[in-house]
Amino acid sequence: MLVTYFFVFLFLGMMTYICVYAYQNKEVMINNSYNAGQQILVAQNRRGSIMSRDGEVLAETTVGPDGSETRTYPYDSLFSHVVGYSTKGKTGIESRMNYYLIQSNIPITEKMNNGMLEKKNSGDNVYTTLDVKLQEAANRALGVYEGAIIATDPRTGEVLAMVSKPDFNPNEIADIWEELLEDDESGLLLNRAAQGLYPPGSTFKIVTALEYIRENPSNYTDYGFTCNGAVNIDGSRIQCYHGVNHGKVDFAKSFAKSCNASYANMGTRLDINSFGTTLDKLLFGKPLPFELESAVSRIQIKEDMTTEEQMQTAIGQGETVVSPLHMNMITCAIANDGVLRHLYVVDRVENANGAVIKRFSSSGTTKMMSEQEAGILQGLMREVVETGTGTKLLDKPYTAAGKTGSAEYNSERDSHAWFTGFAPVEDPEICVTVLIEGAGSGSDYAVPMARRVFDAYFDMKE
Amino acid sequence: MEQYVVALSKYFIAIFMAVYTYESFSVFRFRGEKRQRGIYTRQVLLLFFVHFTSFLTICIETGDLQYLFFYAFQQLAVFAVIVLSELIYPTANKLVVNNMCMLLVIGFIMLTRLDLGRAVRQFVIVLVSIAAAMCVPWLLKRFREIKDISWLYALLGILPLGVVLILGNTTYGSKLSYSVFGLSFQPSEFIKIIFVFFVAAAFYKSTSLLQVAYATAVAGIHVLILAASRDLGSALIFFVTYVLMLFLATKNFWYLLLGIVGGCGASVVAYQLFGHVKNRVQAWRDPWTVIAGEGYQVAQSLFSLGRGGLFGLGLFQGAPDDIPKVERDFIFSAVAEEMGLIVALCVIMTALSCFIMFMNIAMRMRDKFYQLIAFGIGVLYIFQVFLTIGGVTKFIPMTGVTLPLVSYGGSSVMATLLMFAVIEGLYIIRQDEGATNVEQRKIKENGQPAETAEKEETAETEENP
Repeated sequence: MLVTYFFVFLFLGMMTYICVYAYQNKEVMINNSYNAGQQILVAQNRRGSIMSRDGEVLAETTVGPDGSETRTYPYDSLFSHVVGYSTKGKTGIESRMNYYLIQSNIPITEKMNNGMLEKKNSGDNVYTTLDVKLQEAANRALGVYEGAIIATDPRTGEVLAMVSKPDFNPNEIADIWEELLEDDESGLLLNRAAQGLYPPGSTFKIVTALEYIRENPSNYTDYGFTCNGAVNIDGSRIQCYHGVNHGKVDFAKSFAKSCNASYANMGTRLDINSFGTTLDKLLFGKPLPFELESAVSRIQIKEDMTTEEQMQTAIGQGETVVSPLHMNMITCAIANDGVLRHLYVVDRVENANGAVIKRFSSSGTTKMMSEQEAGILQGLMREVVETGTGTKLLDKPYTAAGKTGSAEYNSERDSHAWFTGFAPVEDPEICVTVLIEGAGSGSDYAVPMARRVFDAYFDMKE
Repeated sequence: MEQYVVALSKYFIAIFMAVYTYESFSVFRFRGEKRQRGIYTRQVLLLFFVHFTSFLTICIETGDLQYLFFYAFQQLAVFAVIVLSELIYPTANKLVVNNMCMLLVIGFIMLTRLDLGRAVRQFVIVLVSIAAAMCVPWLLKRFREIKDISWLYALLGILPLGVVLILGNTTYGSKLSYSVFGLSFQPSEFIKIIFVFFVAAAFYKSTSLLQVAYATAVAGIHVLILAASRDLGSALIFFVTYVLMLFLATKNFWYLLLGIVGGCGASVVAYQLFGHVKNRVQAWRDPWTVIAGEGYQVAQSLFSLGRGGLFGLGLFQGAPDDIPKVERDFIFSAVAEEMGLIVALCVIMTALSCFIMFMNIAMRMRDKFYQLIAFGIGVLYIFQVFLTIGGVTKFIPMTGVTLPLVSYGGSSVMATLLMFAVIEGLYIIRQDEGATNVEQRKIKENGQPAETAEKEETAETEENP
């Protein structure tokens, strides 16, 4: 009898295991390239739609009178990178959510009915966190420039808008495919917002400031420096942007005026080990917690850095490169009292009848800094808007804060324009990061663009 | 109309199969002959529905009427088995007959879908096997002397295995079978049965230390020869069957413990010694990183399992052909993919139902020799089912044994049918004994098995003393 019971329990265990395994690993397995399952599902189900947060269609499959299927993108190039395309390979949300889009969770009775009529089942629809109005505002703001704009909600981690230019029309991807392959100059298909890597320039002073506060928690406010447009240490020279002379600056003013000389000076005083730990926590050199493809930011920190390297690093030049997405994440952490809610772009999956199949939310949190440190940085960033390089954001019904950057990327001193910031300062709801390739200074080009996105957001709220 | 059938059939098959499985367990709840008879009749009907619906789907999907002829022959054969066993052996256990037919039918459906040629071949072998199996109960009853020839069983087991080992070594390196009259023949499948007879013959009178030593030595030779022929799956089955039979015969937990420790030790040695054991363990722990190599088969099998869902993709709708050797060791995954998880689980439950019935029969046998045989065959059967299903679902490492009655493989299906026939033979012996003279036998034997059997007396025998 003992043996009978043993085998009965063994088999019950095995059957439970089979069910759990088949259910839990379905998604991973279907996405495996060795699995024939995708083709089978595609033959059975019509690919589902991708929707904005308010239910606008961003991508859908339409069936022609002859039964041929076409994937159409009603907003043409507006969502080209974030939503992606699904012919000629898959990118963006089309790729990330492929498993759900080719499934159909309509009721069994409907499936049977479709089977009888030889109709394909309607695939499940993916609802994103993207906002069409905000995406349009960001797209208009960027205009003819090349670059990227990201808008996120730091409280939840939702991505509200993600624009990358130059863009393309995913409806025409098949026609322009040959051109795209031949042209490796413009990088049309690259989602600059998440995959582009740029020198951070002065926006990196957020990080340098954080490290200085960490190393001098009680007396960082005593910091003082006299700027005369440049600084010379150990034979290395760092100039302020356009050689502007900032005069006598304290800690807050160095940040608000984005004084390179003062920050280069600060950089030579930092402890390399402590700096390394801070950069680790800010996810430098690590894969970003994000569901779409993103680049890993690089920075060189080593024991035997020359003074020149220390100074360059402190002002966001030198070997350092970051993605706009990463800069946005750091801003989110500051706005959200030190904690980054991991960003996400897919909210839920619904079947064709609107029943929720699966809900998504932020994949977790990363504590980047303490609440006090975040508070200090918030104050510094507000000061930028009130008295510094971001005054174009003043006199608005909302209170914004942020940091500009003008990152030089060649010896001719051409620079990318940066801005990263949040609003309202009292209780931040939106973080916006702007990067414009080769435009010039952050305060002249990036701040006005950020302002238009903020404006659109707060207009919408009313 | 045709599309209606195809769309609905998989749901009907799953429902029929689920009800069938439910019935095959409810048998254990009722003792009354009448209620059991009702269950058996319903089971035969459900079996017919499953078989018919599946082949209707196959015909519509392929648009080929030759499948219909093949189906007609299968249907005839299945009914012949059910009717003939009823006529020739009225006291036979009908649950075992039904379950056997159900598993054969699932095998026929899946093999027909995978490879018609092989399915026809399998069908012919099943016909021959059933004819042979029909004689087994009669032979068992007629020849009672088979208890005292343990040395003969030992020889019958070791010699053919040895021949395979030597022939295998000189020809292909790792060969498990040899050809007789053009038919490939895998002796280890049949020697399983002889082995069970050997162990039963060795232990039914005495379980003295000397006797245990003798039996263990012979069993050890079997296992070692199989291991040397690299047939580790069979080696494991022989080993487990022996240890459990020894435990039943002696009721000594030390032997069980010793067996478990020895088994673990042997596994470690086998892992160190054989490269293909290492590969299989690797493919079990993480098939994904070695998906292009050793993990390919298991990974494809898991894909199949994941694709199916509860009701399956439907016959001819999936891609079970992506699994190498799918019709042999991996037939379970093909069933899960195209007929669904429900049917696949029902196949497991049906096998389990057979096993529980085997064990019931074993516990009711008064004669220790017969009891040991029923028990041994039960363990042999269920452990093989465990190895194959556990292997293809990544529950345990793959051992490369067939799913009895369902998988393609002539030797396997023939040996399994003979095993089922032996069980039926024992059941019939027990039923007839019960019907003739219960009282006399009680006084005469008055041993351990008689008492246990007494407690579990069936309703049928009580009704006709």
